[in-house]
Amino acid sequence: MSVTEILFWFLSVLALGSAIMVVASKSPVHSILFLILTFFAISGHYILLNAQFLAIVNIIVYAGAIMVLFLFVVMLMNLNAESEPPQKNKYLLYGGTIAGASLLLVLVAALKQSATGGMIETNNGSTGLIENLGKLLFTDYVFPFEISSVLFLSAMIGAVVISKREG
Amino acid sequence: MPVNYYIFLALALFCIGVIGVLTRRNAIIIFMCIELMLNAANLLLVAFSKLQTQTSNLATAGSDAQIFVFFIMVVAAAEVSVGLAIIVMMYRNTHSVDVNFLNRLKN
Repeated sequence: MSVTEILFWFLSVLALGSAIMVVASKSPVHSILFLILTFFAISGHYILLNAQFLAIVNIIVYAGAIMVLFLFVVMLMNLNAESEPPQKNKYLLYGGTIAGASLLLVLVAALKQSATGGMIETNNGSTGLIENLGKLLFTDYVFPFEISSVLFLSAMIGAVVISKREG
Repeated sequence: MPVNYYIFLALALFCIGVIGVLTRRNAIIIFMCIELMLNAANLLLVAFSKLQTQTSNLATAGSDAQIFVFFIMVVAAAEVSVGLAIIVMMYRNTHSVDVNFLNRLKN
């Protein structure tokens, strides 16, 4: 097994394990920390696929900004393991898990016979380099780039308007 | 690695997110599982962009998928800010983030 294969399996196990812990953990703060670990594992996968820009942006935006926002909100509401609403309905727990597992089973079975097999060699190719992505972003995709600034403006205004106190 | 491994990994992450949305009662945990599903889709897009780069003559063939992942992250950031504002407002009104409790308020 080469180094990239060992890294792939290690990162996959890390991502899946911390994703399961996000869902199964009692305290919301632990769930947030496990989700940050999942994002780091997925960024590791991006680096293995030579998508360097996306790996760094994933860490900065998702793990660095969005998860910190979640943590602020959880700390604001003072949520911990005791105040967590427990799922007393056992049928919903089993039903939800079986529904998700059967979705996975159906999708895996449908894609197992597909002819998309192709080997991905890691760590070569010049697609994920920031220079090429930047050129593409500012020539072909400059309109969505400018529209995303309008999207952010509307999200900011919306967030402020929603949480304004009365009077 | 065969691209099928990446497909199965992204599917497994997505379905773990689905299980989390269906079984948890805390609104914030449900929101985090939605982010997990978005990231699973991102991983799949990046894997396919790499596959497209390899099977094409052009050196920068799969860049469209990576630009799309960039915009998915943009949309996810905007959605998280507005969604958390809504959750904070509901907590301010009812002092609970339990979705079952919030569901009963509609009557």
